[in-house]
Amino acid sequence: MNALKEVIPSNAEHFTEDSLRINKISDKIVSSIYREAESIADRVVSQEKGKIDWDRRVDDVLTSRWLGYPIMLLLLGVVLWLTITGANYPSQLLAQGLFWGQDRLTEFFIWAGSPGWLHGFLVLGVYRSLAWVISVMLPPMAIFFPLFTLLEDLGYLPRVAFNLDNFFRQAGCHGKQALSMCMGFGCNAAGVISCRIIDSPRERVIAILTNNFVPCNGRFPTLIALAAIFTAGAVSGTYSNLLASAAVLGIILIGIFTTFTISYLLSRTILKGIPSSFALELPPYRKPRVGQIIVRSILDRTLFVLKRAIIVAAPAGGIAWIMANIYIGNASILTHTAGFLDPFAALLGLDGIILMAFILGLPANEIVLPLIIMGYLCTGSMLEMDSLQALKELLVVQHGWTPLTALSVMLFSLLHYPCGTTILTIYKETKSHKWTLLAVLIPLSVACIVCFLLNQTALVLGFG
Amino acid sequence: MIALVGNPNTGKSTIFNTLTGMRQYTGNWPGKTVLQTQGFYRFNNRHYKLVDLPGSYSLLPSSPDEEVARDFICFARPDCTIVVADAACLERNLNLALQVMEITPRVVLCLNLIDEAKRKGISVDILSLSKELGVPVVPTVALNNYGIEDLKKTIAALVEGKLECSPRRIEYDDEVERLVEDIESHINPIIPRSLINFRWLALRIIDGDSKLLEAIRSYLHLEGEILI
Amino acid sequence: MKLTELAVGKSGVITSVAGGGMQRRRLLDLGFIPGSRVENVRCSPTGNPTAYLIKGTLIALRREESDMLFVKML
Ligand SMILES: Nc1nc2c(ncn2[C@@H]2O[C@H](COP(=O)(O)OP(=O)(O)OP(=O)(O)O)[C@@H](O)[C@H]2O)c(=O)[nH]1
Ligand SMILES: [Mg+2]
Repeated sequence: MNALKEVIPSNAEHFTEDSLRINKISDKIVSSIYREAESIADRVVSQEKGKIDWDRRVDDVLTSRWLGYPIMLLLLGVVLWLTITGANYPSQLLAQGLFWGQDRLTEFFIWAGSPGWLHGFLVLGVYRSLAWVISVMLPPMAIFFPLFTLLEDLGYLPRVAFNLDNFFRQAGCHGKQALSMCMGFGCNAAGVISCRIIDSPRERVIAILTNNFVPCNGRFPTLIALAAIFTAGAVSGTYSNLLASAAVLGIILIGIFTTFTISYLLSRTILKGIPSSFALELPPYRKPRVGQIIVRSILDRTLFVLKRAIIVAAPAGGIAWIMANIYIGNASILTHTAGFLDPFAALLGLDGIILMAFILGLPANEIVLPLIIMGYLCTGSMLEMDSLQALKELLVVQHGWTPLTALSVMLFSLLHYPCGTTILTIYKETKSHKWTLLAVLIPLSVACIVCFLLNQTALVLGFG
Repeated sequence: MIALVGNPNTGKSTIFNTLTGMRQYTGNWPGKTVLQTQGFYRFNNRHYKLVDLPGSYSLLPSSPDEEVARDFICFARPDCTIVVADAACLERNLNLALQVMEITPRVVLCLNLIDEAKRKGISVDILSLSKELGVPVVPTVALNNYGIEDLKKTIAALVEGKLECSPRRIEYDDEVERLVEDIESHINPIIPRSLINFRWLALRIIDGDSKLLEAIRSYLHLEGEILI
Repeated sequence: MKLTELAVGKSGVITSVAGGGMQRRRLLDLGFIPGSRVENVRCSPTGNPTAYLIKGTLIALRREESDMLFVKML
C-alpha cells in the first residue's frame, strides 16, 4: 500500500515538470472530448430553421439599458403590493378566528376550574403567541412565495444576477451572490448554504456574512405588518397599500445597499483580494406550471409557518408569560429586564420591551413581533386583540410608538443578527468561529449604528 | 444505489422528485442543489436508493457544490449513473456524459426537456444517439412524467444485468494514448483493478490536477486498506 | 482580437484561450474551446458583464474573463 501512495505523486510530479506541456496535453484531452461531443451531436440533432427566438426579445427588454433596473424594481414592487393587498383580508379572518378560539379556551378553563397560572401560561402565553405568529405570518407568506416562485421558474433570477453583477464586481465580490440573496428571502440558512455555488472562498465568505441583510421569511411579515399599520392612517384606503409596499420596498433596498457597502468594506479590509472568475449561465425562459406552484407553495408555506409556530413561537410565548408573571420585589422579571434595557434601547429609538423581544427572538425572527405584543399586553391593560387596528391602538396609543419608532424597529429587524439556525449553519459552512462571530457582530453593529444615527439625527432635527 | 448527475438546470431534481415523491428545491436557474440528497423508490418489488447531486459542467470542479458531485461520481461507485441532459443543447451536455462514461460503464442518458427542445425546433434521433454512445438513452419530460416509466425500466434492466452497456471510448491522439499506456502499466501491479478505472486514473494523472489527485490518493488509500 | 472587443450581435470563432490554472480550465469546460463559434448576444445595463452564446447556451462573462479569450471575426 505504501507503493500505492508513491505512484501517484511521483507520476504527477514527473509530468508537472513542464507545466506548459501539461497545459497543452490537458487541453488536448478537454478538446478531444468536446470534439467527440460535437461530432455526435452533429449526427443526431436536427434543427428546424426559422423559429422566432422569443427569449432574446424578452431579454432585450428585461436586461435593457434603460428598462432593466426599473423593471426589476417594478416587479418587486408589484409582488409586494399584491402580497400586502392580498394578505389584509385573510389576516383579519385568521386573527378573528383564532382569538375567538382563545375566548372559548378561556371559558373552558374557567368551566374546568383550573388554576389561574395554568390558564395564563397555556392560553395567554402559548396559545396567544401561536395565534399571533399564524395570523401575521401566514397570509403574506402564502402570497409572496407563490409569486416569487413564479418569477423563479420563469427564469428571471439569473437575469437579476446579470443586471446586478457590475455592482458586485465593484464591491469586490461574486455576481452569484445575487442568487444566494434571492434564496435568503426564503430563509437565511438556505441562503447561506446556497453560497456554495460561489467558487472563490473569499467571495463565498463575503456572501455568507452579508446574507442576513436580506429579510428572510421570519422578518418579512413583521416588516409588512408594521408598514401596513403605520401607512394606513397616512393616506386614504387604496393608496395606503401602495404606500405600504413602497415602504417595504424601500426597506429591502436599504438591505441591498447595505449588502453592497459591507461587501465593499470587507473586500477592502479583512477579506482582501481581487474578484475571481465569474461565469453565469442564463437559462432559457420556461413556462411555469402556475396551478402546481400555487397549490404547492401555499401548502409548503402553511406547513412551514405552522411548524415554526409550534416549535419556536409556542415555547417563547410561554416563557414570555412566565417572565411577565413572576415578581421580584414589586415588578415582574419582564418589567425589570425591560427597565434595564430601556436607556440603551432609547438611544436606538426602541424601548426595553422591543429590544428584549429582539434578544429573545434569537432562535427565530418570526416571534419578535408577537413577543413585543405579549410584552405590552402583559404590562398594560387588556385589549381585544383581534385586528391590525387593535394592534395599532396598542402600539401607538398605549405605548407611544411614532412612525420613527416603527421605522427604527423595521431597520433593526432588517439589519440586526441572523437567527440561531442561520448562525449554526454559518458555523457549519465556514467551520470557523471567527467568521461565525463576525456574522453576528457585523450586522449587530450595523443595526445599532444605523438606528442610532437615524434617531439622533431625528432628535436634532426636532422629529421624534 | 443510483446517482443523478448532469449539467446545471437540466431537471435532475425534478426527476428526483418525480421518482421519489420528495420535494427537493427546483427552479429555473443553475445551482439550486448544492448538497447531495438521498431518496428511495420502488419498482418491480425492488428498492432503489436514488442520490440527487448538484449540477456540474465537468468533472473538474471549481466550486464546493461541484466538488460534491465529482466526489460522488468518482468515488462512491453507484450501481448506475443517470446523466440528465438538456435535449436543447445536447453537445454541451454530451461533454459531461462522455466524461462520466470514462469512469463508469453503467450509464443511462436521460434526455430531459424534450418539450423545450421541440418548442425550439430541435429534434434528436434517440436510436442513433444510443448507438453512438453505447449506452441506453431515454427521452423524458420530467414535468409531466413522460418517459419516467421507461427510465425506471431501463435502470432496472441495467442494475439486474439484463442490459449491457459498451460505452464509447474516446480515443485521444497518439501522444496522450502512449502516456496513458505507460502510466497504466505503472499502476497495474500496485492497485487492484476493482478499485478504480485505470484508464481514467491515468488520464487524470496526465491532467495533473493536484486537487483531484489528492482526492484520488486519499480515496485509494482508504479503500485499499479496507480491501487488504 | 480579444472576445471583449467583439461587438454586440457579432459572431466569431475562438482561436485561443490565454491564462492558466482553474480559471482557464473553467472556460474550456464551459465550451469556450478553440474552434467553437461564439456570439456576443447582449451586455448588461451597465455594460459589464456580457452574455455570449456558446454551444447553445447563454453564458455571461465579466470583462476579466472575456479578455482571456481570443477570437477571429466571422
Ligand atoms: N418544460 C420543462 N421544464 C422542465 C423539465 N424538467 C425540469 N424542468 C424545469 O426546469 C427547471 C430546472 O429543474 P431542476 O430539477 O431544478 O434542475 P436541476 O438539474 O436539479 O438543477 P441544479 O440543481 O441547479 O443543477 C425547473 O424550473 C423545472 O420546472 C421538462 O422536462 N420540461
Ligand atoms: Mg437540482
